[in-house]
Amino acid sequence: MALNKYRASRKVTFNSWTVYLIVIVLVIAIPLLSIFFGLFKGPGQAWGHIQKNLLPDYVANSLVLVLGTGLLTTLLGVSTAWFVSTCDFTGRKFFEWALILPLAIPSYIIAYTYAGIFDYAGPVQIIFRQWFPDEVFAFDIMNIYGVIILLSFVLYPYVFATVRASFINQSRSMIESGRILGSTPWQVFYKLALPLARPAIFAGVSLVVMEVLNDYGAVKYFGVPTFTTGIFRAWFSLEDIQSAIFLSALLMGFVLFLLGLEQIQRGQRKYEQISNSFRALARFQLKGIKRIATFIICLIPLLFGFIIPVLQLGFWANKTFEEVLGQEFWQMIVNSFSVAAVAAFLCVLVALILVYAVKLTRSYFSDAAARVANMGYAIPGAVIAVGVMIPILALDRYLTNFLERVTGNSTGLIISGTLFILIFAYLVRFLVVAFNPAEEGFKKIGWQLTEAGRTLGFSPFGCLVKINVPLMKGALVSGALLVFVDILKELPLTLILRPFNFHTLATRAFELASDEMVAESANAALIIVLTGIIPIIILSKLISGNSFYESIAD
Amino acid sequence: MFKNQLTIFLIAITSVMIYSCDVKKAGTQNENTDEQVVNVYTHRHYEVDKQLFADFTTETGIKVNVVNASADELIQKMEMEGEKSPADVLITVDAGRLHRAKEKGLIKSIKSGLLENNIPGKFRDPEGYWFGLTYRARVIVYAPDRVDPTALTTYESLADEKWNGKLLIRSSGNIYNQSLLASLIAANGRDEAKKWAEAVVNNLAREPKGSDRDQVKAIASGIGDVAVVNSYYIGKLLDSKVEEEVNAGEAVQVFFPNQDGRGTHINVSGAAVANHAPNEANAIKFIEYLSDEKAQSVFAGANFEYPVKPGIKFASLLESWGTFKSDSVNLSVLGENNRDAVMIFDEVGWK
Repeated sequence: MALNKYRASRKVTFNSWTVYLIVIVLVIAIPLLSIFFGLFKGPGQAWGHIQKNLLPDYVANSLVLVLGTGLLTTLLGVSTAWFVSTCDFTGRKFFEWALILPLAIPSYIIAYTYAGIFDYAGPVQIIFRQWFPDEVFAFDIMNIYGVIILLSFVLYPYVFATVRASFINQSRSMIESGRILGSTPWQVFYKLALPLARPAIFAGVSLVVMEVLNDYGAVKYFGVPTFTTGIFRAWFSLEDIQSAIFLSALLMGFVLFLLGLEQIQRGQRKYEQISNSFRALARFQLKGIKRIATFIICLIPLLFGFIIPVLQLGFWANKTFEEVLGQEFWQMIVNSFSVAAVAAFLCVLVALILVYAVKLTRSYFSDAAARVANMGYAIPGAVIAVGVMIPILALDRYLTNFLERVTGNSTGLIISGTLFILIFAYLVRFLVVAFNPAEEGFKKIGWQLTEAGRTLGFSPFGCLVKINVPLMKGALVSGALLVFVDILKELPLTLILRPFNFHTLATRAFELASDEMVAESANAALIIVLTGIIPIIILSKLISGNSFYESIAD
Repeated sequence: MFKNQLTIFLIAITSVMIYSCDVKKAGTQNENTDEQVVNVYTHRHYEVDKQLFADFTTETGIKVNVVNASADELIQKMEMEGEKSPADVLITVDAGRLHRAKEKGLIKSIKSGLLENNIPGKFRDPEGYWFGLTYRARVIVYAPDRVDPTALTTYESLADEKWNGKLLIRSSGNIYNQSLLASLIAANGRDEAKKWAEAVVNNLAREPKGSDRDQVKAIASGIGDVAVVNSYYIGKLLDSKVEEEVNAGEAVQVFFPNQDGRGTHINVSGAAVANHAPNEANAIKFIEYLSDEKAQSVFAGANFEYPVKPGIKFASLLESWGTFKSDSVNLSVLGENNRDAVMIFDEVGWK
């Protein structure tokens, strides 16, 4: 294990990469800044009302949600990641990739599906009625605890994936040394592996937390008012966009606070490590009851997060597919895939340049700038949509006015009606999803190779293309796949910013579900889930398979 | 092996990019060609609408371009796009939102003898800014085995203590509830409306949550005895492909409240011409088409909504419920009182 000794000299150095960094951050931050420009005006006229009647609930519910899902996803993600990475038990190879599958299920779909499973027409109550015909079915899943449990079952893969990569990457020899020196498996886990995996756990949980704070569909359906539902209430029902912005700002502040807390707590300790040993780990051989228990622990999240909801969706789809499936359905699949693929590619490209620029310039300034560019993930999609529309429409007006003067003809808006605005919005929103793996990728490679490359006369760009990119292909593809799956599921941006007649699987599923045609919406939902599986399996193979590590070890 | 994966990935991306450029072209309307279009921003996304839009194109040769989103988002979008907005027609599922669009200057008044002829005065804006196409009643449903229908009278009576722990209704973020309370403000004044909302919250069998359908299912499960829902959801449950949903729909009876007074609260799904409509003539043609006999019959038959045009036959389920007296208050009031309604909901803790 060679700790990355490279301690950056913390001073601002200006070069062309600083310029790239500033340009990228500015372009990405314009929508965010457009929103926050309004912040200086303070909250609007409804603020007193919100503060008095609503804010306490928003704060309490959001906090409980964040803590609850944070703990539960850590529990589910870390335990399963540890077992499949270091133990040997029945079904381990299967769980290695299958445990990521729940990620394919959007949170609004899991909410609708479980509500359906537990409502009058669902299997649970049907069985209940047969067994206890005279009792009232009292179990209610539609409350804040239901939200915590359901969101955790679909979001824990973020923790699982990052932590698993960390466990695999932790030096085998270190774990083995621990064992030779007499530690029990539990001690190895608790004293060695867990502390080393801490940044990974935090990276995963912070994605979970941001997804949770951003969720609108599930909390709205389950009647749990949070910051995000509050933003919409202030904006649309109370017609007070200032207060909506103010709430968004509070939400962002909250996220920044959480991120900052970990940074402070972590302090100056460095967790970067380069593992030089890629031998297969001698796994803990589990026997008897432990073997069965491990199997069950791994099965539970998969069962509740994937198998049961998919079965229910399949049941509904089976009843309704004849009406819903048609020519346009193929078009929707193509739309969903193409737009997600393009945006994913773009996100990775921008993330790569950004991370590299930060590494090259090595200053607090660039570090902070990159953080700003990554804030989009924490802001509700509908708010981002407005933030994106403000500058793009301004640009559009300028362009059309210019064309009008030149040609004399009046034209409609040029940019805003196209996929460009949508893809740009995806970039603003999902950059961090590609940024984190890219950053991890750089950390794993370390900086020495780049230094060596520079010494040997490569330009910074040459080093990036010739050294870093080939070494971190795995991380980059992981990032792209995560963004891809996220965009397949994305709703508010797509709804508001899409061009005429452009439908995706997510918009279709949402439209039917919001018409309370949940059974019909299952067709599109099922396809989102099933198509989401493909990139997820590839992702999982990248984490566990050899290619990722070979690419570093070569 | 990994190199191959990357190559495939890159090839896929490239081809997809080429493809999506095509989509961009298809998505933008081209003013230079003679193709006639009408651009519709709509909150409605029922299957029946798609069919009607297709029929309109077949009949007139005018292509219908559609963006679906919630009325709030569409209004926001039109507001930001300003005079360059490509929208010709705005369709919402609530008169309050149409009124809001009118207040913001996003829609324009139009004169059309056909529309005035087809649509009775109470279903359209008096100044011709918007036109209702279908209407729906917000009815009370009850479990006939536990509730004596003579105990039901008015919305106001739901505040009565006898419903304590028995009442079901969805959350206040929903526009149908906001409009219902807005109509109560119009009828009884803000203070009375607030007292009513407070009492209703106290009577609830559970926290407000879920959809209208879920309230019906909760009655079927025995969680509560009465609920307030939109009329067409009962039809949709009875029409469901899932057998147990049909059973849930059959477990309740429909009651039209306030028949001895102002009538049952109704709301319209309606359309308006955008203020900066680039294809205004087509927009008017489009709305006229939707208000006419043929389209109105399709609306009535497919979605369990009431057609606004008099003389159109209702769906047989609606006929079986009989005719009812509807609240005659001008629907613009729902928009005017919307904000007050939301504030009352928040003040009394109706989530």
